[in-house]
Amino acid sequence: MMQERRSFPLGTLILTAVAVLGLGVIMYRYLNGLGAITDLSDGRAWGLWISFDLYCGVALAAGGFTLAGAVYIFGRRTYYPIVRSAILTAFLGYTLVILALLVDLGQPWYIWHALIYWNPHSPLFEVAMCVMTYTIVLALEFSPAVFERLNWRVPLAAIRAIQIPLVIAGIVLSTLHQSSLGSMLLMMPETLDPLWYTPILPLLFLFSAIAVGPAMVIFESTLSSRAFGHRLGADILAGLGRAIPYILGIYLVFKLGDLVVSKELGLIVSDSPHTILWWVEVLGGVVLPIIFLSRASVRQSKTKLFWCAVLVAGGLVLNRFNVSWLALGGREGYFYFPHWMEFAASAGLVAWAIIIVMLANRLLPIIHHEEVAEKVPGEPIDTTQLAARGGQVFEGS
Amino acid sequence: MAKGVLCDANKCIGCRTCQVACKQWNELPTMEMVKDGVLQERPKDWVNSGTLENPPQLSADTFTKVRFREVEHDGKFHWVFAKIQCMHCEEPACAEACLVGALEKTKDGPVTYDDRKCIGCRYCMMACPFGVPTFEWEKRWPWIRKCTFCADRQGGGLEPACVTTCPTGALKFGEREDLIVEARERIAARPDEYVDYIYGEREVGGTSWLYLSPVPFEKLDFPTLGTEKVTINPERAMSAVPPALVAVAALMAGFYWLTKRRQKLSQASAGDQEEKEEVTK
Repeated sequence: MMQERRSFPLGTLILTAVAVLGLGVIMYRYLNGLGAITDLSDGRAWGLWISFDLYCGVALAAGGFTLAGAVYIFGRRTYYPIVRSAILTAFLGYTLVILALLVDLGQPWYIWHALIYWNPHSPLFEVAMCVMTYTIVLALEFSPAVFERLNWRVPLAAIRAIQIPLVIAGIVLSTLHQSSLGSMLLMMPETLDPLWYTPILPLLFLFSAIAVGPAMVIFESTLSSRAFGHRLGADILAGLGRAIPYILGIYLVFKLGDLVVSKELGLIVSDSPHTILWWVEVLGGVVLPIIFLSRASVRQSKTKLFWCAVLVAGGLVLNRFNVSWLALGGREGYFYFPHWMEFAASAGLVAWAIIIVMLANRLLPIIHHEEVAEKVPGEPIDTTQLAARGGQVFEGS
Repeated sequence: MAKGVLCDANKCIGCRTCQVACKQWNELPTMEMVKDGVLQERPKDWVNSGTLENPPQLSADTFTKVRFREVEHDGKFHWVFAKIQCMHCEEPACAEACLVGALEKTKDGPVTYDDRKCIGCRYCMMACPFGVPTFEWEKRWPWIRKCTFCADRQGGGLEPACVTTCPTGALKFGEREDLIVEARERIAARPDEYVDYIYGEREVGGTSWLYLSPVPFEKLDFPTLGTEKVTINPERAMSAVPPALVAVAALMAGFYWLTKRRQKLSQASAGDQEEKEEVTK
């Protein structure tokens, strides 16, 4: 095993190639303008980058605030061993969002204008402010891992002292901008399909983000435990899986309830191609995960749990693509399909994030795996171990 | 009082002088179809309707164009011309959307654009219900471009370039309120020549540009829009932000306090038990 990982595996080689290609494409864009590497036009001003990197990126990084909240605010110490990796992936996710925006913006060198020219009426202004502030909060939340590695005691103590306010700030900022991404689309009542357009879109965005948070943690923890050989207690991920149906249930009630109240329920059986997208999104990404994850047998199986998490994340991705692209009408006479360089730039940024996660897992104390013994499902939780962990969680607070 | 323009499709002859005047005043290049004596390949999304309409779409180099439509209405054939450009909404979605406030509705009427603020996010293009703002896709240093309502000319007491040049009086510049009254009078005077509708009077909360037409506006491919301003829902959502901020912060602090308290209680009871055990020993 060890021998294999030391060599330069094919996966890493492909990852590096994708990362380098992405970088090349991005350089090309800065030299030749957006028109040179995108299929965007006046008829479709936002494309793959906004749908995938911004809309999906922010939502899929929701694992950071949901898990930090569960551990530090609600005292669910079971999840302590994975909170750090969740915060790291969230931090990288947001960094990715900002980098992608620097590619997508027409005038990226003026991004700081958002700091000095304020339009507080704009939902995008709120998103910009929150994403920026939250990225700093995430960096601070993750910084103890770096300080521990470097053995810097003073900054470590300082961060520990403000840990709880930081976590609360993270939750507040996430609540605001996850929902504001929905508010942004409220500006388009004439172009967004009424199946998705609703005044409560911000609320739906928030609920779906909270639901996908734990799903992404399951997804990433499963993958990284396989890649880096960390051992995670089965009860940890199963517990996250247990929470998902409740949140998705609330989301579904609001989503359907809104259609009933606005008397638009008939739209879900209309013969528009959008209807198919809606059904795939709701059945595959919401209803099926609720059914599956309500069964203990599914939650106890790592593989089944993983695939349920994939369903939830996939449903969210489709939802964000629908509202920001597929079900959003463009101008007459234009057609958009992403240029291959748009895909390359997005894939390149994701590849960079994976490379950094891999490096961080080798260099930094991300997971305290010596603390986490593999547990037999159903076995009562070892309270002494919990107390020891809990002491560490609330140390200095 | 805010200015407006009344565009009467019954008076327009489709000469497109307004297009030329607009390009001249704003120093916009023409679309070069012939270069060095060779007919250039047409852009991939070039779709002309087969009449004299040209170019096909508004673009960063074309702030206005005359739309040509051959329409049958009430058993009669109409060849209708309608000049399209930024409508200069009373409650512009673009200005509400712009995070840096580069787009602004001025009290005189024009929705102005300040390229010293713009960061090129293109949210205005997505938000506009009329599909007007355009972007300089091919430039390394691209800006948003759209009709300015000749705010610079208006500042100097002049009419917009397109209005000045219009040879038939199809475009009339004036106070928006007065123009609405005049439009009503024109409809009343010749009810058989106009549909009884002023496009732009109420659309998305009203626009500075107003239209009269001999055929229903959807036949001219004008978007059918509600009278409610499109910014109403985002405004409501944004006004919920400050209370949501306070509420979530308070709620989280409260939950944290509860968690700590429960821990203390359980620790205390565990301590009691230990003490008791010691006593019994």
